[in-house]
Amino acid sequence: MNRLKGLPGNNGNNNRDGNGNRIVITVIGPDRVGIIAAVSAVLAENNVNILDISQTIMQEFFVMVLVADMEKASVDLVNLKDLLHRKGEELQVRIDAQHEDVFNYMHRI
Amino acid sequence: MLTTEEILETIKMVQEENLDIRTITMGISLRDCADSDHKAACRKIYDKITGQASRLVKTGDEIAREYGLPIVNKRISVTPIALVAEASSAEEYLEYARALDRAAEAVGVNFIGGFSALVHKGFTRGDKVLIESIPGAISETGRVCASVNVATSRAGINMGAINLCSRVIKQTAELTAGEDSVGCAKIVIFANVPEDNPFMAGAFHGVGEPDCVINTGVSGPGVVKSAINRAGDADLGALSETVKKIAFKITRMGELVGRTAAKKLGVQFGIVDLSLAPTPAVGDSVAEIIEEMGLERCGAPGSTAALALLNDAVKKGGAMASSYVGGLSGAFIPVSEDAGMITSVTDGALTLEKLEAMTAVCSVGLDMVAVPGKTPEETIAAIIADEAAIGVFNNKTTAVRIIPAIGKEVGDKVEFGGLLGEAPVMAVNRFSSKKFVQRGGRIPAPIQSLRN
Repeated sequence: MNRLKGLPGNNGNNNRDGNGNRIVITVIGPDRVGIIAAVSAVLAENNVNILDISQTIMQEFFVMVLVADMEKASVDLVNLKDLLHRKGEELQVRIDAQHEDVFNYMHRI
Repeated sequence: MLTTEEILETIKMVQEENLDIRTITMGISLRDCADSDHKAACRKIYDKITGQASRLVKTGDEIAREYGLPIVNKRISVTPIALVAEASSAEEYLEYARALDRAAEAVGVNFIGGFSALVHKGFTRGDKVLIESIPGAISETGRVCASVNVATSRAGINMGAINLCSRVIKQTAELTAGEDSVGCAKIVIFANVPEDNPFMAGAFHGVGEPDCVINTGVSGPGVVKSAINRAGDADLGALSETVKKIAFKITRMGELVGRTAAKKLGVQFGIVDLSLAPTPAVGDSVAEIIEEMGLERCGAPGSTAALALLNDAVKKGGAMASSYVGGLSGAFIPVSEDAGMITSVTDGALTLEKLEAMTAVCSVGLDMVAVPGKTPEETIAAIIADEAAIGVFNNKTTAVRIIPAIGKEVGDKVEFGGLLGEAPVMAVNRFSSKKFVQRGGRIPAPIQSLRN
């Protein structure tokens, strides 16, 4: 099982209720050359710092989960989602970005 | 640390299994809007609602995007208008309904609840005026929802109020006959009504509530169904465990969204309503969960037991996930709003009587049930009384939202569209209840109400 660094899990109380700046980006779709490069380029252009990347192939699908810090980002999450979504359409993969609290709240007590 | 599998599980719930937050409902007290001049009162009501809720829809949309979690409805509940308008000289309360409607439109919400009265023990002048104004208020406005509490476990069942409400339901059906009597979808008659329910049409802001509060209602029948499917041939104890675990996860989302919304809006966080609220979309159905458990159709023998298991497990899992649980908290089984329920009725698997039995073990009651338009007023009153008895004598909330569809017979269909869905007209027992309900008076509270 891949465990992602950068996500606080049990120790995440200090970052709850939308205060933290960490987001989780997921990329799902058919594998092809350049997915990681393209996604990290979008993040770099907007000064979003990548904390961890985990990548795997599940039933022929490329699945990448990326944890990033938006502390010094030059865009807000809503606009970053739009940029990633557009990049996803170009690459023919699905790219989502969500605040990390969603995952911490659901999976950690 | 989170695993990739956990992250993908959350994403799958949203993308494939229709996980969403059904509603963020802002409760607003209107007690400070009372005025002997009803025009002044209505002005204060409009100003207060549009002030408090000005950012509700925008904030809800923002949270939905940040968390990648759809928030289907943003709604408002207010103090029962009978309490606010009591001091006014108005002959009828239509002006109040119009003020609510305008305020809801101004802030962009599709439903506002609280055109309500609490009459479980008797009427005040204002209560009576309000209830008699319901048909006009509902047929004239688009967003206003009405509710009346006619019974509690402490006070018993007010049969006089039930008779008045059934007349009001029939009148509303007539006034909205051109739209399949849709007005009745916005009238709920309650026993043991909760004062912090975020779900329409029965939401209002109770008297013990703070000035302004955010309550959330979760959804997720599709997620529960998939979890049961993955559990394979597990026995019923294991199935309950499965539902508990998944209900925990669903409810956490309600807790997160509610807390975030309250914080962003600068108001108090109230409760999470642990409800499995279905929609007419395929795969978002409580009936399909029951069928996934191994019943050929919802309504088949065993459905009450299956629903009891489901309802209890949702509460057990959900209660652990939220610091404040309230509202209706249980599985909903509305007919028109649930594709599986509609199929069960159409196929003859589910009758009104079986539905009534099922309401004894879940929230909330006979919900969105269409019956022939010529069903006598007294029969509707008796149906409400039966449902109230289930609630009062079992210390639970029950409600009736019944649509006597004018001009329709068994086998016909009513179509409301959107979340209200469509419903086959169900058969009603043809024997009369007239003499019983016309006795009026109040059925005394049950002995178990003497708890002090």
